[in-house]
Amino acid sequence: MEANSVIGTINKKGQKIVDPEYLFFEAPRQQHFMTGSEVVREAIRRASVDISVAYPITPQSEAAAMVGDLYVEGYVGDYFRGESEFAVMSQCAGASFGGARVFTTTSGPGTLRAYENFPMWAGSRLPILINVMVRGINSPLNIQPDTLELGMILDTGMLIWHAETAQELLDYLLKGYIVAEEPDVHLPIAIVIDGFFVSHTKDMVMIPSADIALPPYNPYRSPVPCMDMEVPPVRMMRDPFVMKSNYISYATHASWQQEIRAAIERSRKHTIRLIGGLIEEENSDAEILIVSSGTAVAQGREAIRLLAEEGIRVGIVKVKTLRPFPHEEIRQATKNAKLIFVPEFNVVGWMAREIKAVIPDNHRVIDGPHVAGGMTMPPEVIVEEIKKVLAGKKEVVHG
Amino acid sequence: MRKRVNIRMSGLGGQGVVTSAHVLATAASKEGKHAISNPFFGAEKRMAPAESYVRIAGERIYDRGELVYPDVIMVFHPQVITLGKCYTMPFYSGIKAGGILMINSDEPLPLSNDDLGFLDKMNVPIFYVPATTLAVEIAGTELATNMSMLGALMGATKIVAMEAMEAALQDRFGKKYVASGGTATLDEAIKKKFAKKEQLLAKNMDTIRRGFDLGVAWAETIKTPMLV
Repeated sequence: MEANSVIGTINKKGQKIVDPEYLFFEAPRQQHFMTGSEVVREAIRRASVDISVAYPITPQSEAAAMVGDLYVEGYVGDYFRGESEFAVMSQCAGASFGGARVFTTTSGPGTLRAYENFPMWAGSRLPILINVMVRGINSPLNIQPDTLELGMILDTGMLIWHAETAQELLDYLLKGYIVAEEPDVHLPIAIVIDGFFVSHTKDMVMIPSADIALPPYNPYRSPVPCMDMEVPPVRMMRDPFVMKSNYISYATHASWQQEIRAAIERSRKHTIRLIGGLIEEENSDAEILIVSSGTAVAQGREAIRLLAEEGIRVGIVKVKTLRPFPHEEIRQATKNAKLIFVPEFNVVGWMAREIKAVIPDNHRVIDGPHVAGGMTMPPEVIVEEIKKVLAGKKEVVHG
Repeated sequence: MRKRVNIRMSGLGGQGVVTSAHVLATAASKEGKHAISNPFFGAEKRMAPAESYVRIAGERIYDRGELVYPDVIMVFHPQVITLGKCYTMPFYSGIKAGGILMINSDEPLPLSNDDLGFLDKMNVPIFYVPATTLAVEIAGTELATNMSMLGALMGATKIVAMEAMEAALQDRFGKKYVASGGTATLDEAIKKKFAKKEQLLAKNMDTIRRGFDLGVAWAETIKTPMLV
């Protein structure tokens, strides 16, 4: 810790500011049975958040409302409702430019309405944490989970971590701030959960005491000056410089976008340490693997149990971070697999595309099963897909 | 003894199917079992179809989302069947062999011979529970329909003990609970009906106990009761 450390001091709510490592790995935890929305409240209670802006859209409305309660209780510095999702994300940007630690939530159509802001956040190196609770976005109207919106935010320049359970949601929300605010990263981060399947599901969670909290954000660790975009090293906004069509403005723009991608890669070392690797493996020496993220993995775990009862051995590779994407880890984990199934809660199969792009012999990848529009994915559907391919009844579509 | 019990609750908005699922899962969790509950609904409005799911097991449960293959189906309102106010058609879709179908109705519904034949073939008995009648009689409000349904389930299957249920209700109604707009409004309405929270809890427990007795009596009439 640097000089003038706040560790050990007491905040206005009487919480002791502790070293993040202590909060994450050493502090005693108690068992609670609660919904994902309640878990968001408990994470933010311990996250020393300065500002949260909210706009209601199912399924994130409950969590957003609970953060409002935290404001009333004094755990969050400021809280208000924006005029729309676009306004919310712009207001979050303003708060972050001003040096605040910012939290917000979004879902489905709200995410798309807010979209323009995400690459702007990344380009401006704003370490905003946004909890994306995915839901259907296309017509016909649907409020159930569908990860189509994730495929769309993959290349905004944000860090993206996809939690499978309420426990991961809690841990990722807190750890996400620490990684996003590292000076060599300093990017926005999306902590993603599947709406309803995590947000509205009651599950067991281990939570540290409410009387400790993360150190507040220190804006002076930012690699770019706060609220001053016209001086070096960035000089992003000066009109003649940015707007004039000349080689140097193109070069600056291109190199800056590369710098954002490089910052995503630099987040690896911090992320691996805090969340224990970018992937998680179970029986990954099996010839048949399921590779996916979020609750598609949870359903995959049930499927491998069912298959094990029939003597079919299947392993799982869970992708915890979508950005950075664990290229090398996936290459290694899948090197002996003959068939790689990628179950997804969307119709387009963006996860299968990502995996095919990074592994050799990618004809091994079976793009599916897919469910969309909020349909659940019963483990039996995954089992059926695997057995169909094994029996040669289903043509493997090479991508 | 089943390794895992999957329960699908099918009702109408405002009847408390989401609350019942959360309370039941909390009770199971208080007994040291593994449980997961989650809801499925459309627009939050009264009388719109609403479903919720509870999964209970002795080992870690990963499965979540809409419950396609239930062991127990609880129908909280006859209109789920008679008017097809149901996300899952027919209402018994996916029921596992040897499961139970519980329906809130004072008398048997005019189910088709096809439906009855299917249920018979699957060895799924129907348990008609006069849940709303009991709720009005004991708690003085139809909003306690979910409590008589839970009690009847507990009596018929012994899925959770009364003490665990009492502790779960204390969790849900005994302290401040933040819920979405619709649920919060209903909570307020019901709290006004019972001046005090304690009274609300006591009435809920009374309703559950009466449902429980009905469940026990019903299970005795069944050849192979599904005890869990």
